[in-house]
Amino acid sequence: MRIDRVLAGVLAATLPCLSPAQQDTQKEIERYRQMLQESNPAELYEARGEELWKTRRGPRNASLERCDLGLGPGVVKGAYVRLPRYFADTGRVQDLESRLATCMVTLQGFTPEEARRKPFSGTGAPMITTDPFSGVGQRSVMTDLVAWIASESRGMTIAPSVSHPKERLAYQAGERLFYYRAGPYDFGCVTCHGEEGKRIRLQNLPKMTNAKDAQRAFGTWPGYRVSEGELRSMQWRMWECVRQMRFPELEFASDASIALITYLAKQAEGGTFDAPAIKR
Amino acid sequence: MQPKMIPALALALCGIWVAGCATRPSDSETERAVAEMIKASFKTRGQATVARLNQDDAQALCSKHAGELPKDVSDGIEKAQQATIRYPSSGKLTGDWREGERIAQSGVGKQFTDAPTRPAGGSCYNCHQLSKQELSFGTIGPSLYQFGKQRGASEAIQKYTYGKIYNSQASTACSNMPRFGHNGVLTEEQITHLVALLLDHDSPVNK
Repeated sequence: MRIDRVLAGVLAATLPCLSPAQQDTQKEIERYRQMLQESNPAELYEARGEELWKTRRGPRNASLERCDLGLGPGVVKGAYVRLPRYFADTGRVQDLESRLATCMVTLQGFTPEEARRKPFSGTGAPMITTDPFSGVGQRSVMTDLVAWIASESRGMTIAPSVSHPKERLAYQAGERLFYYRAGPYDFGCVTCHGEEGKRIRLQNLPKMTNAKDAQRAFGTWPGYRVSEGELRSMQWRMWECVRQMRFPELEFASDASIALITYLAKQAEGGTFDAPAIKR
Repeated sequence: MQPKMIPALALALCGIWVAGCATRPSDSETERAVAEMIKASFKTRGQATVARLNQDDAQALCSKHAGELPKDVSDGIEKAQQATIRYPSSGKLTGDWREGERIAQSGVGKQFTDAPTRPAGGSCYNCHQLSKQELSFGTIGPSLYQFGKQRGASEAIQKYTYGKIYNSQASTACSNMPRFGHNGVLTEEQITHLVALLLDHDSPVNK
């Protein structure tokens, strides 16, 4: 919202000679986004993530290099675009973040609580100052790993697996959750993401049932958020949307979060993955 | 491969295919999974309790009929929601448009990160154009610029406007707009200020 205000101010100041028609506003927003795209601080997170993957950590003093992200132990290239998927060892459908938490437990010996304690990083000036996962100056190992692993799928086609019955169930449940309206504002995901070409303030909203929109949305998370000075993951995106929907807190790596991500990944199937991206 | 193995392989493939079809989760299985997730994947934080996930009739019907809303369901929702509207006991439907503008600008309220004691805003600009000056407006709802200029400010229009903000679903079942009065997001007085913002001759909405 803060950046939107600034942007609105910039637009008001620099566009007096243009017609105030909506299309011009839209064009300026696009130009602003392209300007942002040119240098992306996500690279710093990616570099840290690559290092962390190889670093021995935890009670077992082990690295994550044998972690199976779905394509076999240690295979990172192309793993992100094939997730979420069913994993026989846990008996669950997992996205990247819940899978990394599993590997931190099984390979590095952390407790499940430790593995999930700080899923989102909190440097810079977080928009949500009471976020328990954040603390100014604190980084999230999870976020760094996600940045690097996602970057290893850049340019690849989004192709989640929805053949196993549990994957199918996660997808169908995710679809229902997308349409689930509740809370004091009657919101659901569909409130903001059910129609084409809509905005909240100046922020464009993807219609998630439209393949092109879903591909662009799914294909650009994780993303570095300029307004927060932080890299944010897909789990964070779900958590934050759900907060704004006035729902109770969506638990990190919960089944509902994974079902929603499975649904979105499937909607985005066939798109080109281009993340970590840069966001407003 | 031995020729005699081919029928066996075909049979096995057939088995996989049938199993594949049979294992596609049914609607009731999906419903059970969703109910389980609603129960297990969320936790109360601050004012946002897990009880918020329990749907009322309108929420349940709107979720169920998200694809297309049958006429009888939509009529039923509107009738039930109409009956919830409470007009101010003072009889005064319109307040101060300047207060209304502040409420329309504010998007806080009811999030677990919001102080429960702080009054909620109306988040109006999040979804609507209202005044000409505010360029940062959303488009989920229609533009309300010149709302009063086009409709006047008769008592009937005031009543309609108050009712629309109080319970949007009384006139449009499953509207994206929150039922601000019915769900206790905005107070009676706050709603009267928003009515003024929309209808007052001096409001920036009608300039």
